[in-house]
Amino acid sequence: MVNENFEPKIVGFCCNWCSYRAADLAGTARIKYSPNVRVLRVMCSGRVDPSFVMKALASGADGVLIAGCHPGECHYIEQNYKAMRRYSILKHTLRAMGVEPDRVRLVWASAAEGQQLAEAIDLLVADVRKLGPLKWPGNWTENGQREEALETLLKEHEEAFEVLT
Amino acid sequence: MTQTVEKKAAKGKLAIYWAASCGGCEISILQIDAKILDVDAAFDLVFCPCIADGKVRDIEKMADGEIDVCLFNGGIRNSEQEYMARLLRQKSKVLVAFGSCASEGCIPGLGNLNDRKSIFETVYHQGSATAPENPQNIYPQHETKVPEGILYLPVFYDTLKTLAQTVDVDYFLPGCPPEADNIWKAITAIVEGKLPRKGSTIGVNTTVCEECKRKRNEKKIKKFYRTWEIIPDEETCLLEQGLMCCGIATRAGCGALCPAVNSPCIGCHGPNEGVDDYGARLMSAVASVIDSNNEEEIDRIIAEGIPDPVGTFYRFSLAGSLLRRGSKATVGK
Ligand code: SF4
Ligand code: SF4
Ligand code: FES
Repeated sequence: MVNENFEPKIVGFCCNWCSYRAADLAGTARIKYSPNVRVLRVMCSGRVDPSFVMKALASGADGVLIAGCHPGECHYIEQNYKAMRRYSILKHTLRAMGVEPDRVRLVWASAAEGQQLAEAIDLLVADVRKLGPLKWPGNWTENGQREEALETLLKEHEEAFEVLT
Repeated sequence: MTQTVEKKAAKGKLAIYWAASCGGCEISILQIDAKILDVDAAFDLVFCPCIADGKVRDIEKMADGEIDVCLFNGGIRNSEQEYMARLLRQKSKVLVAFGSCASEGCIPGLGNLNDRKSIFETVYHQGSATAPENPQNIYPQHETKVPEGILYLPVFYDTLKTLAQTVDVDYFLPGCPPEADNIWKAITAIVEGKLPRKGSTIGVNTTVCEECKRKRNEKKIKKFYRTWEIIPDEETCLLEQGLMCCGIATRAGCGALCPAVNSPCIGCHGPNEGVDDYGARLMSAVASVIDSNNEEEIDRIIAEGIPDPVGTFYRFSLAGSLLRRGSKATVGK
């Protein structure tokens, strides 16, 4: 069931040296891609702590893209392999928490691959659109009947006071 | 200490309360041993349902801020606990989230992978392991009509909250349960008015690894083991031996108790200073020690070695984490 009116909000963490430039290139070369991604520049995909992804999802993002240089081409030597391992653990944990694996994706893109990055973004947006909104904060804001129950407690205690005094 | 305490004309008022917790926090207070007499010299215990017969209405009658210190342990699982948290906040000058449950949800917070309905089904449903007999499938109700009127039970929440997610908290004391030394340090600081910045965690700002005496080499892990699978050697770092030791991400203060007895740290002292999300910090640290650059191999090492990622990375901190809970939409699926 695809909701045509749903526009996924995606946060993209792009590495300064490759994928951010790829995104830039896609822009200047007028390659069309979905406008749903807010791109944040990080120095390296290895800088993306799992908490960045958690924070994005907890703040209302429907999906997260992490983009780095191709394996072997990281400007900080091995850091994108670290990103690869973190992503694997993160995916495993998010799945156990009920976040569909398709919402969070790690992709590689060199500075010249504007086209490829645009395609990866479109694909992620399409997949998240299929999944629908995540609405994570709604998971904890409703603790059914809470206010009402607090009111009854207050009332009960007041009544107890009346009996006492 | 005792002297400063005795010089005070009037004794302070102390309250100790429990919400969703196991009672271990109260016991840990007794571990300060004879110093409990100093506490008694400094404070009147005005409320502590675990050991003294106090009444909620006596607290309700107090003026705001009349209680000097409230040590509050336990998470907020239902509306009655929320009521008590609000009441004690209002009546206390200093409110301390005491221990892991109040600070970050702890084991009761793992219930956040479920919701009220699924928890009730497990606990009360006819034929479940915990309730083999309940032929009418009776579940707790908020309201029950009886001839005398209506009786109310607290509402059980879908999502357990930490104390700080419920009311304003002045200080946090880490640990499941907190260490006696640190409890004493906190009490002394409060009595002497030498309190740190509001909102801080009372304790040290290093990790368990720094207190651990084991030998450390380069960590390169190809396979994780569950604790029952191997008997680790007693001198080398447990993580290096493939056991998921959480010491690397956990706040120190316990003296590395668990590794000292050949058992990995499971993270009961929560995140170190400046860490938003304990599990994220731990995941990141674990990612650094896995010895592989091959996607498939990495996925396999993790899937085989960490079958319960939430219970591993968020055993104590799910409710206090950035995501707070599992998705409600997929509970039971
Ligand atoms: S990982 Fe565990 S065993 Fe290794 S040094 Fe840290 S606390 Fe000690
Ligand atoms: S070693 Fe870890 S689990 Fe054990 S008491 Fe210390 S902090 Fe808690
Ligand atoms: S510099 Fe691009 S991934 Fe490290």
